[in-house]
Amino acid sequence: MTAANILSKIKENFPEAVLDMTEFAGEQILHVRGPDILTLLTKLKADGFNFLADLTAIDNLTLGGYERFAVSYHLLCHQTGERLTVKAYIPEEKPSLPSVESLWKTADWQEREVFDLYGIKFEGHPNLIRIMNPDDFEGYPLRKDYPRLGRKERSDFPVVDRGIQKKKS
Amino acid sequence: MTRVTELPLETDKMVLNFGPQHPSTHGTLRIIMELDGETVTKATPEIGYLHSGFEKLGEDLDFNQYITITDRMNYLSPLCNNVAYALAAEKLIGIEVSKRTEYIRVLMCELSRIADHLLNVGMLAVDLGALTAFLYGFKLREDIYDLFEIATGTRLTTSYTLVGGLMRDIPDGYDKAVLKVLDEVDKVANDIETLLNKNRIWQDRTKKIGIISKEDAISYGITGPMARATGIEWDIRVNEPYSSYEDFEFDVAIALNGDVFDRYLVRMEEIRQSIKICRQSLEKMPSGDVIVDPGLGYSLPPKDEVYNSIEGLIYHFEVTMPNRGMTPPVGEAYVPTESPNGELGFYIVSDGNRTPYRVRTRPPSLMNYSIFSKLIEGHMLSDAPAIIGSINVIAGELDR
Amino acid sequence: MVQDDIKSNVLTTTLESAINWGRKNSLWPMPFGTACCGIEFMAVLAARTDLARFGAEAIRFSPRQSDLLIVAGRISIKMMPVLIRIYEQIPEPKWVMSMGACASTGGVFDTYSVIQGIDQFIPVDVYVPGCPPRPEGVVEGFIKLQDLVGKEKLADYAPAPAK
Repeated sequence: MTAANILSKIKENFPEAVLDMTEFAGEQILHVRGPDILTLLTKLKADGFNFLADLTAIDNLTLGGYERFAVSYHLLCHQTGERLTVKAYIPEEKPSLPSVESLWKTADWQEREVFDLYGIKFEGHPNLIRIMNPDDFEGYPLRKDYPRLGRKERSDFPVVDRGIQKKKS
Repeated sequence: MTRVTELPLETDKMVLNFGPQHPSTHGTLRIIMELDGETVTKATPEIGYLHSGFEKLGEDLDFNQYITITDRMNYLSPLCNNVAYALAAEKLIGIEVSKRTEYIRVLMCELSRIADHLLNVGMLAVDLGALTAFLYGFKLREDIYDLFEIATGTRLTTSYTLVGGLMRDIPDGYDKAVLKVLDEVDKVANDIETLLNKNRIWQDRTKKIGIISKEDAISYGITGPMARATGIEWDIRVNEPYSSYEDFEFDVAIALNGDVFDRYLVRMEEIRQSIKICRQSLEKMPSGDVIVDPGLGYSLPPKDEVYNSIEGLIYHFEVTMPNRGMTPPVGEAYVPTESPNGELGFYIVSDGNRTPYRVRTRPPSLMNYSIFSKLIEGHMLSDAPAIIGSINVIAGELDR
Repeated sequence: MVQDDIKSNVLTTTLESAINWGRKNSLWPMPFGTACCGIEFMAVLAARTDLARFGAEAIRFSPRQSDLLIVAGRISIKMMPVLIRIYEQIPEPKWVMSMGACASTGGVFDTYSVIQGIDQFIPVDVYVPGCPPRPEGVVEGFIKLQDLVGKEKLADYAPAPAK
């Protein structure tokens, strides 16, 4: 089945879940509601998109979109070589959506990364802890309202001296 | 009386911290391993020790400025990163580059691939106690650095591509220099294989170690030489050709066992295929310009014009000034490329400003490394360096 | 006769310069390579540049066996506690070389998670500029460091007065 067929079938079968379908620069993008993502991806996987190439998130604070956060899944079908982007939208008040770790093991670390950098929770993830930043890090650095230079975490360390007398020359 | 050696050996569970500062972690990996004697029963990798906020930085730099940052991502083959990012930006903006640009990019990518694989095989050998292969490989890597230096001006952080072209054309006589190095590569690849392939210690330490099955490779998102070593015939250069890869004839190296030894073999074979591609690209090199032009407001004008003519200078300012130039369409583009480690993808979201709204890298190292805890379970502690070495984890790309 | 023998066979010097001579020509570096500079540091050790010519080929990855810490690469906020710990584990006398722009100033990575110069927190003796520095640059920095080691005063190594 080609991607176009699969997509039209998806839209037929899940009219409530699918918000929109767009195309940009030759890429198909499927916009869906967050809570339905697991059902949809299970279907897409069964239809041939067997490889989750990438999972990431976008903060739509100034870009605009259906909701504040979009989690995007880049799927690949090894059979036909077609790619598909699925974007799941979730609101700021309740940033959570089902985990797809049960479908692809690669989602484990990638969902942890999204959690670490955006604070999006994945329900059903076996071990949702920070992956990139230290455990005591506060805030979610890739959100648009987090300053690039951080909140002083990079200057908060003890100063060590040599412990011996050294004359200043 | 019983001899001590005849008593049953009882061992307690031990927790061992491995890294983040350890010679065989290639930088900054940390693994917490539970050991039963010398057998690893559970391993938990801890990453993020080189997290430097690449993606946050990308939101503040314009399309051309970010190319300098991509160098520092996979520092074994920076040119592949440059090219991947430029391709993603060009797809988003809708720029077609000239054929010559594409061929030079292919040449540079393949030279990087050779250098990357040579260093990877060398480091794997060092970790397993064979220093000679590393020295052979590194000597050649220096020669390839020289080639990069001739073309780009620097050894490692090349920043050679621009959105819409290349920083500069390759100089005259470059093909001769490249061919000379390629001959050398051929010889050294043979030397390394003679040293290692039939070496008893090498075989004992790499065969049947860290076996990945085909299903696991797909589930864990593994790509590149690691996936091809399990028998998955998927090479983006062939299956989804970019940058004129369809013009070149080469074979995709695959192996069937998926162990450390097979990954090594696949890498060695890819070196040979890359030599082939390099030779073809030099033979067929089309003539023409390497910067498409301008007018679009993305590529900087050649430095000669900037320094010597008023128009060039004005145009330079037009491109670099914050409120001029660079008005990409609102949209998003994901471009996958075949980097030496696997699928390196850039995902750029633009809101129409001169800086991208979001720059995401699909790092092959992250996905490849995520299977590590599964691979090491049941193996000996001393197999950990072999498996890490064969995965070729690049911390800069892993943590970004 | 005896006088001549002494003249040709015996060298008189101070204890200080003899020790410094020994130290500066047998520095044992510990590379704390995290990123791109780590790869260039490998090039420094490999055949073409060969740091062994300056007596520093004994690379030790254990801080307790080394006396020169080479910080090569950017240090993130997660890595900084590790670096401080490793620095504290190196026995005296010890020197630190900050290799590359990232270790010295944060380099291009002006972001929330990169330390803007390790010298804010640990003492640094030699800075090598470059992103990454060329191997020749590292060797230059290394020679500068050798000069520094040669000028050390033994009296400086008295324990610090109680605060």
